[in-house]
Amino acid sequence: MARKDTADIAAARLDAAQLARNFADVAPPLDRQRALIEASRCHFCYDAPCIQACPTSIDIPGFIRAISTDNLKGAATKILDANIFGGQCARVCPTEILCEGECVRNDPEDKPVEIGALQRYATDWVFEQNAVLFSRAASTGKRVAVVGAGPAGLACAHALAMRGHEVEVFEAKGKSGGLNEYGIAAYKVVDFSQREVEWLLSIGGIRVHHDKALGRDVQLSQLRREYDAVFLGLGLAGVNALGLDEEALPGVRNAVEFIAELRQATDKAEVAVGRRVVVIGGGNTAIDAAVQSKRLGAERVTLVYRRDAEAMSATDHEQSFAQSEGVHVIHYAQPVELLERSGVLSGVRFEHTRIEGGKLVGCGEFFEVEADVVLKAIGQVMLTDGLSEGGVDLLRLNKGRIAVDTNFATSLAGVYAGGDCVGGKTDLTVQSVADGKHAAAAIHAYLNADREVQHG
Amino acid sequence: MADLRTNFVGIHSPNPFWLASAPPTDKAYNVIRAFEAGWGGVVWKTLGLDPPVVNVSSRYGAVQWNGQRMAGLNNIELISDRPLKTNLDEIRQVKREWPDRAMVVSLMVPCDEASWKYILPMVEDTGADGVELNFGCPHGMSERGMGAAVGQVPEYIEMVAAWVKQHSKLPCIVKLTPNITDIRWPARAAHKGGTDAVSLINTINSITTIDLDLMAPTPTVDGKGTHGGYCGPAVRPIALNMVAEIARDPQTAGLPISAIGGIGTWRDAAEFIALGAGTVQVCTAAMHYGFRIVEDMISGLSNWMDAKGYQTIEDFRGRATKNVTDWKFLNLKYDIKARINQDLCIQCGLCHIACEDTSHQAITRERDGKRMFEVVDAECVGCNLCMHVCPVDDCITMERVDDGSFQNWTTHPNNPMAEKA
Ligand SMILES: Cc1cc2nc3c(=O)[nH]c(=O)nc-3n(C[C@H](O)[C@H](O)[C@H](O)COP(=O)(O)OP(=O)(O)OC[C@H]3O[C@@H](n4cnc5c(N)ncnc54)[C@H](O)[C@@H]3O)c2cc1C
Ligand SMILES: Cc1cc2nc3c(=O)[nH]c(=O)nc-3n(C[C@H](O)[C@H](O)[C@H](O)COP(=O)(O)O)c2cc1C
Ligand code: SF4
Repeated sequence: MARKDTADIAAARLDAAQLARNFADVAPPLDRQRALIEASRCHFCYDAPCIQACPTSIDIPGFIRAISTDNLKGAATKILDANIFGGQCARVCPTEILCEGECVRNDPEDKPVEIGALQRYATDWVFEQNAVLFSRAASTGKRVAVVGAGPAGLACAHALAMRGHEVEVFEAKGKSGGLNEYGIAAYKVVDFSQREVEWLLSIGGIRVHHDKALGRDVQLSQLRREYDAVFLGLGLAGVNALGLDEEALPGVRNAVEFIAELRQATDKAEVAVGRRVVVIGGGNTAIDAAVQSKRLGAERVTLVYRRDAEAMSATDHEQSFAQSEGVHVIHYAQPVELLERSGVLSGVRFEHTRIEGGKLVGCGEFFEVEADVVLKAIGQVMLTDGLSEGGVDLLRLNKGRIAVDTNFATSLAGVYAGGDCVGGKTDLTVQSVADGKHAAAAIHAYLNADREVQHG
Repeated sequence: MADLRTNFVGIHSPNPFWLASAPPTDKAYNVIRAFEAGWGGVVWKTLGLDPPVVNVSSRYGAVQWNGQRMAGLNNIELISDRPLKTNLDEIRQVKREWPDRAMVVSLMVPCDEASWKYILPMVEDTGADGVELNFGCPHGMSERGMGAAVGQVPEYIEMVAAWVKQHSKLPCIVKLTPNITDIRWPARAAHKGGTDAVSLINTINSITTIDLDLMAPTPTVDGKGTHGGYCGPAVRPIALNMVAEIARDPQTAGLPISAIGGIGTWRDAAEFIALGAGTVQVCTAAMHYGFRIVEDMISGLSNWMDAKGYQTIEDFRGRATKNVTDWKFLNLKYDIKARINQDLCIQCGLCHIACEDTSHQAITRERDGKRMFEVVDAECVGCNLCMHVCPVDDCITMERVDDGSFQNWTTHPNNPMAEKA
């Protein structure tokens, strides 16, 4: 492919076989024998530290013991009972900072039990068998509206349906799954997210309405009137801007849009990628955008972050993964200007930074990086469109996200929220699932209390 | 979901998983925790007459095998070291609070009728569901003429079982010691004495290890040790055989069996039930991991039963018994050969060296100057040693090659005592 000086953006930089390899499962599943060997490494700790490190408190030693007795149904039930997205989490959780980070095997051996891989081994069985593990309680006649079909919304919906409530989900996009479907790196969830959603919905009692956005097609006050309770799992649908001129320049793009396009493309050869890509940011999104650009065939990918490696929200594991993939990482530099040549992007001008008196300051020294594409990944934000009506804010916010109490109740009676749109802890799939599950328990208690009052 | 409920000689429990008479069932505190965890029943730690026995410090020795802790465990503990009344009061209280669980009380008193006549009404009065006679304890108690000292003399077993049936209406389970030559004799004696069931095995006489610095057996009590009772995963094959022997003995066929010995998973339990056991008892596995192991035992057994289409325990109980036979009835025409899947082979060479050095020189190790392991059918006798040593699942399998005909030893020409056709 002939190189161009600017706007060198093209699809199919690699042949089909190479692309297929690049977007296959990064962590292939364990077969039975490897699973049994790995399971035998678990000490079956009591009150195990790994359980405490899991936001959804999966009984990890318990499910591993079940794997070791070939009781895959029992193992999967334990996992999915605690975390209905146990299949997704097995693939996407940064286990090194969660369960595996706490494994007691780390100390003597520096090699934790591969909990994520074992979790996948057990849950894969469910999807292969299409096993029915959960059933619904008798109908309560109560109806709950859930906004957003991401992990938080669907975890909440499933837990409510199981308790006998009717759930209607309103989702702005054309598919369910939230970032499981549009955000997670392609090689982490190969052919999986929709299967998982289908399985989850097979419990019944959950109706998903696609292309229905809160604030556009439905209003919060209306949902409050028509349903007995509302759960908001809106995620972070907006992105931060760099605050530079020329952000509309061709070649400048939000990383999340690029990732979503890649995830939705059945043929990765159709996704265009720059020859020289600059990614700005230091989180999951930045890493995934950089690595996936590289795997699409970008010649040079530079990830620039304004602080040091430690301050990056991407884990050490992800950072070294990016480096092993050939992503060039520059710390302590911030973009000051998007450079253009004849109306298109040609590069980015950065200023070196340093910490002075605890604050980040520019050093007054500059450098330029050539780029055909700039991917902005400096943070997602919550869109508040649906949360005000007639210019009046309906909900109390906290630092740009929805304020909730320990029960995930918002400032509005009967309205609950969880997942990335409440934030506070980590913005991780598993945290969103935990939020959705706990909110469902709180909603259930709220609906029951309601019933007791009504029936005297 | 499969129905795991059991009715064992009139003793009901929500599942077949009982805790064996041992430290896990020593007092109300443990037993309540066990019931909370889901155990279907317990056999309370063996009661004796006051004054209670005294135990030593350092009580357990263990065999570690290949990194696995407690592959076998040995103990030199005695029966309950608490006053009789304390135990009886707690049994009464726990049974009242947990009426749906099986509460069997293990007993060991001197070998005279008066002692049994004395203790049985007190046990009955607690509301317990049955008694288990501990004729098995191989150490400490046997020197006092109890435990294995009784269990090794079939006449005594028969006599005591008869006393118990005479002086109590509670179901009676005789717990057998494996420290004998032929397990069928004590089982037949118990049956003759009128017992409702037998349970087995109790622990096996053993010394686990010798401490080469102390030059003494472990567990070492102030420089000395003694033989103790061996249990845990290592004893399971012995227990399986003994259970099978009793199950297929025409004289004891149908005698209910509560199986014990190295059970730690649902699969272990299913194997004993397939040999005819009505309930299973667990000690070492619970002592190793705590009561929570019963969760996987319950879910695993029930999932396996669902997968096999068994609705109740009775649906598969005893199904394997008829396939346990004497060697002389095995088909001598049945012929299998090892098959090595070259795609799965990791070239470790273990199959070759096992066969070459210790079996039939039937696996070659080279082809065209390259490392490759292949079976020579003409030499392979179908012993399947190679399959067992191969570290890769399904890499070596056995293929049947005979013509389907049948001949066993009873009619074989090489047998001088062969039955003439
Ligand atoms: C690029 C990227 C990679 C990531 N990688 C990982 C990873 O490897 N591991 C990990 O644990 N986490 C990862 N995360 C984080 C993780 O995806 C999120 O924490 C998680 O998806 C949040 O779940 P949620 O349900 O709160 O929100 P989302 O998944 O964002 O779902 C929210 C849903 O609500 C819908 N919605 C929003 N507004 C409206 C509205 N007004 N009306 C109706 N519907 C609406 C959205 O369309 C969406 O479907 C990643 C995130 C990104 C962006
Ligand atoms: C420490 C210890 C104490 C035991 N005490 C008794 C007892 O008091 N009465 C009895 O009948 N069996 C006793 N047993 C034997 C067990 O009940 C059981 O028969 C044996 O341990 C085999 O089962 P397992 O392999 O599951 O441990 C004891 C076993 C152990 C390990
Ligand atoms: S287990 Fe340990 S702490 Fe407990 S009694 Fe025995 S020696 Fe003591």
